[in-house]
Amino acid sequence: MKDASPAAPVSGESIRVGALARVEGEGGLEVLVTDGQVTEARLNIYEPPRFFEALLIGRRHTEVPDITARICGICPVAYQMSACQAIEDACGVTVPAPIRALRRLIYCGEWIESHALHIYLLHAPDFLGYQSGLHMAQDRPDLLQRGLQLKKAGNRLMDVVGGRSVHPVNVRVGGFYRAPARRELDPLRPVLERARAEALATVRWVAGFPFPDFSEDYLFVSLHEPDAYPILGGRVISSGGLDIPVRQYGQHFTEVQVPHSTALHSLLDGDVTYMVGPMARYSLNAGQLPASVTDAARAAGLGATCTNPFRSIIVRAVETLYACEEALRLIEQYEPPDPPWVEVPPRDGTGYGATEAPRGLLYHRYRISADGTVAAAAIIPPTAQNQRVIESDLRDFVPARLDLPHDQLTWECEQAVRNYDPCISCSTHFLTVKVKRS
Amino acid sequence: MTAAADPQVLVIGIGNTYRGDDAAGLAVAEWLRTSAPPGVGVLRHEGEPMSLLEEWDQAAVVYLVDAMTSGGEPGSVYRFDAADGPLTGRFRPRGSHALGVADAIELGRALGRLPGRLVGYGIEGGCFDTGATLSPAVREAVAVVAERLLEEIIPGG
Repeated sequence: MKDASPAAPVSGESIRVGALARVEGEGGLEVLVTDGQVTEARLNIYEPPRFFEALLIGRRHTEVPDITARICGICPVAYQMSACQAIEDACGVTVPAPIRALRRLIYCGEWIESHALHIYLLHAPDFLGYQSGLHMAQDRPDLLQRGLQLKKAGNRLMDVVGGRSVHPVNVRVGGFYRAPARRELDPLRPVLERARAEALATVRWVAGFPFPDFSEDYLFVSLHEPDAYPILGGRVISSGGLDIPVRQYGQHFTEVQVPHSTALHSLLDGDVTYMVGPMARYSLNAGQLPASVTDAARAAGLGATCTNPFRSIIVRAVETLYACEEALRLIEQYEPPDPPWVEVPPRDGTGYGATEAPRGLLYHRYRISADGTVAAAAIIPPTAQNQRVIESDLRDFVPARLDLPHDQLTWECEQAVRNYDPCISCSTHFLTVKVKRS
Repeated sequence: MTAAADPQVLVIGIGNTYRGDDAAGLAVAEWLRTSAPPGVGVLRHEGEPMSLLEEWDQAAVVYLVDAMTSGGEPGSVYRFDAADGPLTGRFRPRGSHALGVADAIELGRALGRLPGRLVGYGIEGGCFDTGATLSPAVREAVAVVAERLLEEIIPGG
């Protein structure tokens, strides 16, 4: 990890963090202040683009979930699930309910491990004044042990359903290579029951953190499932009244290039900045949570919506609790899908898929030829979508805090970025190279 | 990939096969897989810190082998013993990419989750290009480290 390294003031005050610590991937941040006004707020993403969309072209449609899983080691299941659904949509296949249930189960594992990692190792140190999770561990090993135990429960779940906890190997287009037997899932119950207790303790713990007084009127975007908290699909909705099927996503959301980022920015309906992720999911779907989770959220001070991004850590803890409960419910009701997958014969067409990755809505679109080769691919990850709102937060957050010492303000700006748990490696997979010729 | 369930002695080779000299630790693990005495576990690992803690939870003695970039001559071999205190200097990670192996060791120390004995070998890499194989100097260092490890594991052997 690198320390924040404030640069010499340029034209008033400047806050520069060359390399952000406690985020996944390589990025920096720059805020310029002139005469008490923020004139620039930039999340600089300089990690090289990885061109995943290009290397998918010409590959078999059945290879897409395993290739796109490699975009991220923290949320590979999200990539696999969005990819599978987009490919199945292109081929006109709907998988049976037991396969969907098993997909939801493995996805719960990913939410638990990803959220636990961010809460305990990356985000909590901000609120408690520690430079890193490691420094926090030296003072409070009990807390770190709890976080690691919680994360391990998520990993165990992914291991059992997915064959391994990072880049699972059991997922395929149409379902799973092999359905775990009931007796294989049963040992997860005590693990998840303990994790549920740890998640509840986490909700109570983070609720007591000191939160900066900051609130924004966000435009939230998330999926919405008719009878559950959104994980695996549904319609795309917003706090502004948008309500569309996933296949219309491209008609409303556009990507644009900016000079300071190797990841594309995303805009809604031409020029509107929006937020995806736990706060958006929660604010648009709190009514879908079971009563026990809602009670915990209320006791932690969350209302029906959350508009202070620093409190997103509470929302992540609440979602972790939900993922534990949901996993226990799915195991309780588990019927091994038989057969574990359905055939997905290729056909000429375009398919769309979106799921709720831990960091927010993850959209995939593929055009497939009749022989099953991928002709075009588009992948829009949550961190790319959140770049604008992160910059907008910084613009609004800084002016009221200009009297803070420089180091303190820099720290708080970094914290404002970490509110979004940005996954920069995910965001820079894109392919759009513009060549300008005179 | 362990050779024995819950071994008392565990060798963990860390690295990425697709990034040139970063595979040095994996190559050492490969070497030891055929030459380590029975009962010694040998594991290939990607280096994710939390799962490293879990891997060594059950072992009494752990040897870690990883590639490193500290500015030294490629193929140089460094050794540390976690009992000597917190890792400093050339053993600290240089990237901001979440947590590294040194962080795993210090986290283990803070949490009281270090094995009774933890020794690390670092092999200085020269080329970490995508798709590259081990460079000649690192290939030689792999053999040196494998032999030194065998000597440590089997005193007098």
